[in-house]
Amino acid sequence: MTLTDLSQALPGLWEGMKVTLELLVMAVVGGIVVGTLLALMRLSGNKFMSAVAGFYVTYFRSIPLLMVISWFYFAVPLVIGMVTGTNRPIGAFVSCLVAFTAFEAAYYAEIIRAGIQSISRGQVNAAYALGMTYPQAMRLVILPQAFRKMTPLLLQQSIILFQDTSLVYAVGLLDFFNTSYSKGNITGEIGQYIMLAGAVYFVISFGASRMVKRLQKRFTV
Amino acid sequence: MNYHWDWGVFFRSTGVGHEIYLDWFFSGLAMTLGLALAGWIIALVLGTVLGVMRTLPGKVLPRIAGAYVDLFRNVPLLVQLFIWYYVIPDWLPDAIGNWLKQDISPTTNAFITVMVCLGLFTAARVCEQVRTGIQALPRGQANAGYALGLNIVQVYRHIVVPQAFRIIIPPLTSEFLNIIKNSSVASLVALPELLGQTKQLVDFSAAQFEAYTVGTLIYFVVNIALMFFMRWVEKRLRVPGLIALGGK
Repeated sequence: MTLTDLSQALPGLWEGMKVTLELLVMAVVGGIVVGTLLALMRLSGNKFMSAVAGFYVTYFRSIPLLMVISWFYFAVPLVIGMVTGTNRPIGAFVSCLVAFTAFEAAYYAEIIRAGIQSISRGQVNAAYALGMTYPQAMRLVILPQAFRKMTPLLLQQSIILFQDTSLVYAVGLLDFFNTSYSKGNITGEIGQYIMLAGAVYFVISFGASRMVKRLQKRFTV
Repeated sequence: MNYHWDWGVFFRSTGVGHEIYLDWFFSGLAMTLGLALAGWIIALVLGTVLGVMRTLPGKVLPRIAGAYVDLFRNVPLLVQLFIWYYVIPDWLPDAIGNWLKQDISPTTNAFITVMVCLGLFTAARVCEQVRTGIQALPRGQANAGYALGLNIVQVYRHIVVPQAFRIIIPPLTSEFLNIIKNSSVASLVALPELLGQTKQLVDFSAAQFEAYTVGTLIYFVVNIALMFFMRWVEKRLRVPGLIALGGK
């Protein structure tokens, strides 16, 4: 691979990176929202809700992400078709997004649950003493403190998610890795393009985890 | 939903001898467990050596182990697998490269590749756990060893490492469960492990929901069973007075 080859390949690789980053950001946001709901269900004191959330978390944590990606790839279109009553094909991106959100929510839920549990009882009692209701106490007192505590862990999990997005290769979505792989396949320089992709993932993940470590020191409550 | 459920599919013949589709899950599971175990042995040995290196005095050895961990933790598993599969064989001496590519069957080649990949990938995680375990021990343990006249090798072998392992059984258990799940990437280099067999069943029959349901269920059951087994082991090997230590 010469520099000219590389400069010709760059726009395509950047398109792939955009898919990776879009998937990452949307899955992180979706995963944290669903994960928070799961954590609240688990801690709600309602036995049924807590059991449902507990099962969800155990279930998704015991099966491989690649399995979830593969089987959501055909299940998501079927389910969406059933709900909307139409038969329009949806792309691999939507299936992957749903798969990642559902899967990561289980991991985020555990982090968030631990974060909420680490807030001292006194905070909750003080909120109740001020006449707050349960939702108010959660929203205004507990969750803001809990999220501050667990931001580094949530970011760490998101770095893992960033690496895991490369698994969409299995269903043919052209993310950064799959784009590099295909370019290598076309030009016959598959080894070099795989190494290039590996180097890019390394630089981003390594830089990001270093930043998270620094943040961790500053964020300690 | 216009989906035609057909649970009988698993008991139908695949057309090869007396094999029924259900058998594919068993052979897939055997392959998954074989891969995970083989990779785990590499990970445990190499991870322990690296973990000990990280806690040794001096600068060079801890740095080498640290660099290893950084490298293997920051490149996605799939990319690592493809590097082992597509890139490394070309770098090897011709004799080994040709042996991998030509002399052995493609399945054996893929098995060896995935085993090495999973082993080295997981070693970085095991290393961090071993280091945590060693650092969680009270300093007095090692010092008492030195006071008795043991040298550093003896202190690690007889005092530090055995105790560290007893502390880190819970995180090591989750690493072992991870290696089982991670072994599913093998399906992307055409190795017929559990996920690969599930996908093949999807391709051969029209029973996608059924196949994926049974496939996920097997992973789920194996995970839960191992979790309970390890909890039992952990209780038996718990170091008195150190219960709260260890973990992530």
